[in-house]
Amino acid sequence: MTCSRRDFLKGAAGGSLASTLPLSAFVILSRAEARQAIDESNLRWAFLVDTNKCVGCGLCVKACKNENEIPYDAPVTRTWVERYVITDDGHAHIDSPMGGRDGYTSMPVGEDGEEIDPDTVAKAFFVPKLCNQCDNPACVQVCPVGATYQTNDGVVLVDRDWCIGCGYCIMACPYGVRFFHPEHKVADKCNFCYHRITDGMLPACVECCSFGARRIANLKDPDDPVTKIITTERVAVLKDEYGTKPHVFYLGLDANVR
Amino acid sequence: MKWHVLRPLWVAIALVGAIFVARALIVPDDFGVHGRNFTYGFHRLSNIQEWRDFPIKYQGREACVECHEDNVAMLDRASHATVECENCHGPAAGHPDPVELLPLNTTRELCLRCHARLELPNTDRGDLVGIVDRRHKRRQKCTRCHNPHDPAEDMR
Repeated sequence: MTCSRRDFLKGAAGGSLASTLPLSAFVILSRAEARQAIDESNLRWAFLVDTNKCVGCGLCVKACKNENEIPYDAPVTRTWVERYVITDDGHAHIDSPMGGRDGYTSMPVGEDGEEIDPDTVAKAFFVPKLCNQCDNPACVQVCPVGATYQTNDGVVLVDRDWCIGCGYCIMACPYGVRFFHPEHKVADKCNFCYHRITDGMLPACVECCSFGARRIANLKDPDDPVTKIITTERVAVLKDEYGTKPHVFYLGLDANVR
Repeated sequence: MKWHVLRPLWVAIALVGAIFVARALIVPDDFGVHGRNFTYGFHRLSNIQEWRDFPIKYQGREACVECHEDNVAMLDRASHATVECENCHGPAAGHPDPVELLPLNTTRELCLRCHARLELPNTDRGDLVGIVDRRHKRRQKCTRCHNPHDPAEDMR
């Protein structure tokens, strides 16, 4: 057997390289194991609003205020329902008295101070709104003290002990979902009822909706029925052009909705 | 030789040192980057648990059925099956102990949230049974005639 110097050196180099590779480099990880290895959550909360189903009863707003201890008669709310009435002349009448807390029981009032004649209504619908739990939350970016942040499951929370109440985040949110809490004197916002969803319950507004207009999803679970709707049906988000990557998806969203 | 610049310099250094000491005392240990990056994940870690511990008020129908089987069974058969108990009875937190009675809401306004007739096309509102408030038994409680657990039942 002969071995040239060249072959010997080649073999020695290759062998020493191969010996540095650990056995674990050849293990194929499952998706869950890979996620765990990089400490990624298997949860990403998202929301689905079906504007076709909302009838404007406002029970979601009432439930939200009770559940999250938002002063009931203060003009602030974590979620609200807007009513859009578009008349034959193309004019959009948009109202949301007290965020729709008491429901909509009469026709909206037009510019002349009279209730709008139902015969002149071209189309009308209700749009529930809440925090979009953006993937690129502008409100978090501007916080000067690190009092608001995004959790690993996608929800944006406010640290009430750390917030200094400067209000930058309220200005920064393109959706206007943040407000100043009148009692705690800090910024406040919808957090998908974080205490409920982490406990296996539905958010209060979802639970209290009798019409299935509000639903919550885990986007990282492909078998989640609501995730299936979001991924397979035609859904829209609000203010996509802002690049915030909102995670509240709407079915039946009209171009009049801002 | 005394150099007059040195004295304010010591003061400045002492001030900076004081700021570092105060910062170490005030900022909690778990404050740091915990999320995906500095921009979105810079926070106090224990705050997540604080939000998780926020008290739950709405218990859901699963909690009601444990004692009120009959009422829930009646509701489940009726057209009001999709209406949550707590929408009318109020959040059940603490019930039955120490909150023995829940703040039941039987006002006309509550029913009108869904049953005030609104001529709004493109919504399901028109499919619901609707009344014109000022023309149907004005100022009377709906529950005098209608059973909210089973609206089809004739109570007269």
